Amino acid sequence: MSKKKPYFFNYKESAFRYLLISCSLVIVAFFLALFYMLISQSLPAISSNGFGSIFGNIWDSNNGIFGGLPAILGTLASSLIATVLAIPISLGIAIFFTEYAPARTRFILSIFIDLLAAIPSVIYGIWGLWVIAPLIKSGIQQPIINAFGFIPFFSGPAYGLSIFMASMILTIMVIPIVSSISIDLLASTPLSLKEGMISLGATKWETMRHVGIPFAKIGIFGAVILGLGRALGETMAVTMVIGNSYSWPFDSVSIFSPATTITSKIASELYEATSATHMASLIELALVLLIITLAINSVARLIINRATRRGYPQ
Amino acid sequence: MRLIGRRSKERLILAGTFFLSIIAIIPLLSILATVFINGVSAINLEFLTSLPAPFGESGGGIGNAILGTLIINSMACLFGIPLGIFTGMYLSEYGQKSRLGTAVRLVVESLSGVPSIIFGIFAFTLIVTTVRHYTAIAAAIALGLMMIPLVAKATEISMKVVSNDIREAAIALGIPKWIRTTQIVFSIAKSGVLTGCLLAFARISGETAPLLFTSLFSFFWPSQVDQPMASLQVLIYNYSLSGFQDWVLKAWGASLLLVLIVVAINVSVKFIAKPKFKGSA
Repeated sequence: MSKKKPYFFNYKESAFRYLLISCSLVIVAFFLALFYMLISQSLPAISSNGFGSIFGNIWDSNNGIFGGLPAILGTLASSLIATVLAIPISLGIAIFFTEYAPARTRFILSIFIDLLAAIPSVIYGIWGLWVIAPLIKSGIQQPIINAFGFIPFFSGPAYGLSIFMASMILTIMVIPIVSSISIDLLASTPLSLKEGMISLGATKWETMRHVGIPFAKIGIFGAVILGLGRALGETMAVTMVIGNSYSWPFDSVSIFSPATTITSKIASELYEATSATHMASLIELALVLLIITLAINSVARLIINRATRRGYPQ
Repeated sequence: MRLIGRRSKERLILAGTFFLSIIAIIPLLSILATVFINGVSAINLEFLTSLPAPFGESGGGIGNAILGTLIINSMACLFGIPLGIFTGMYLSEYGQKSRLGTAVRLVVESLSGVPSIIFGIFAFTLIVTTVRHYTAIAAAIALGLMMIPLVAKATEISMKVVSNDIREAAIALGIPKWIRTTQIVFSIAKSGVLTGCLLAFARISGETAPLLFTSLFSFFWPSQVDQPMASLQVLIYNYSLSGFQDWVLKAWGASLLLVLIVVAINVSVKFIAKPKFKGSA
């Protein structure tokens, strides 16, 4: 860039540049303030109970004991189950979309996928609570308990609202994320490789199996991790269907018993926090969640960016 | 020896992937259908325009929540859209390779992955615990912060794909950079930016977690923005868990309104005209 500036509009040019820079800096400042506020507001809990106490397993606000382990485990378990269930469905959608669907079906399917991602989480909640929970309780949970009740994970009475129910809802919410990224990745398979397969007489599935999937594999893995990050932070739908009981997994390991997650714990207790330590402990839980999701999302973004920037696999 | 022929395998895969796609679509159709069927019977003029009836009494409406959501969303847009657009402009035209640009891009990426409830807690600690009462302003800040990464990303991407020929033509004409950015590149990218803003608006219209401990809820008409305010989202949450039949019905009605907004925006952006002069990627 040359040092010589046009003789007019000079100050407007720099004013505009400073406007853009200051807006960007405001956003960076908000991001830093987010960390600062969460850390400073959870200090009362850390100083009175110690940092490790958030990983205890008893939450008793009357006696000032705030262990968040059941909530942390509930978050991890429900999100992991959901992500694992979402993988085959999302891959099926992506393969059907890129290889088999005719153009019009593809357009409609893409609207459906966008809508799945766009439906507000509280709507998933009210639907899960009033429509799905009763169905799942008698239609899925009771038969499985009758057949496999001897396994601890499937034992106990069938509550409609349970960690299983939350995982079901989360699965539906993770599917659009994983499938839309997978579709983009599969669609960017180099045409020459596909044409090579087709000229050898390969079927669509063989082309997908030997060219498309190996090409997109790493990126799809990134998409799955991104979906996991979304599931971890999901609040409303989970709060409404998980049953909010602190007994899982220490009193009952069954996936059909009600449980709690970090987000549902915060959503149902923050505005009625009884003491400063109680509130600070909830904010400390939020800090734990923020750190987990940021770590997972950065890993996912890194993988996906690598995968999309890469050309041919060498 | 093959267990099944290649052609039957092909058909099997087609059937299997089609079946998996259907599995994913059934919940969506079920949601749309139940929300419509349950919601439509709740909606009438009184429902849309009057205040809620006290707990245990039938009748009344959710007019204050509709108005509240509109007010909170507008404040969030006033805060989030300009910041998002200017940041997107900076990332696309000024800070492509600078150190600040890289840092800002990283922050925008990270913000888009932060769970919505965290924004609610941030606004709660920043404002509600300071002024010591719940306020709709805190809710607007939480939602506005959620809009920023969406709007910034959309602006950056749609300005970046504008062909460099156009930038070079502007440079050759001696047009200052800020005019080139705002009046040439931005105006070509406008439809992409608009799409981003609409999607961000749709997204925050349904967000509930950031409102729970900021705007809370109210049974009265919104009068001041620094007071608790009713909103459709929190109303759905509170009413559907209340167990009182008339309130659950009202929650379905509110859900229908929310779904209509979100579906209308998401389907209509699919048909927004594609911009001209894009670079040949």
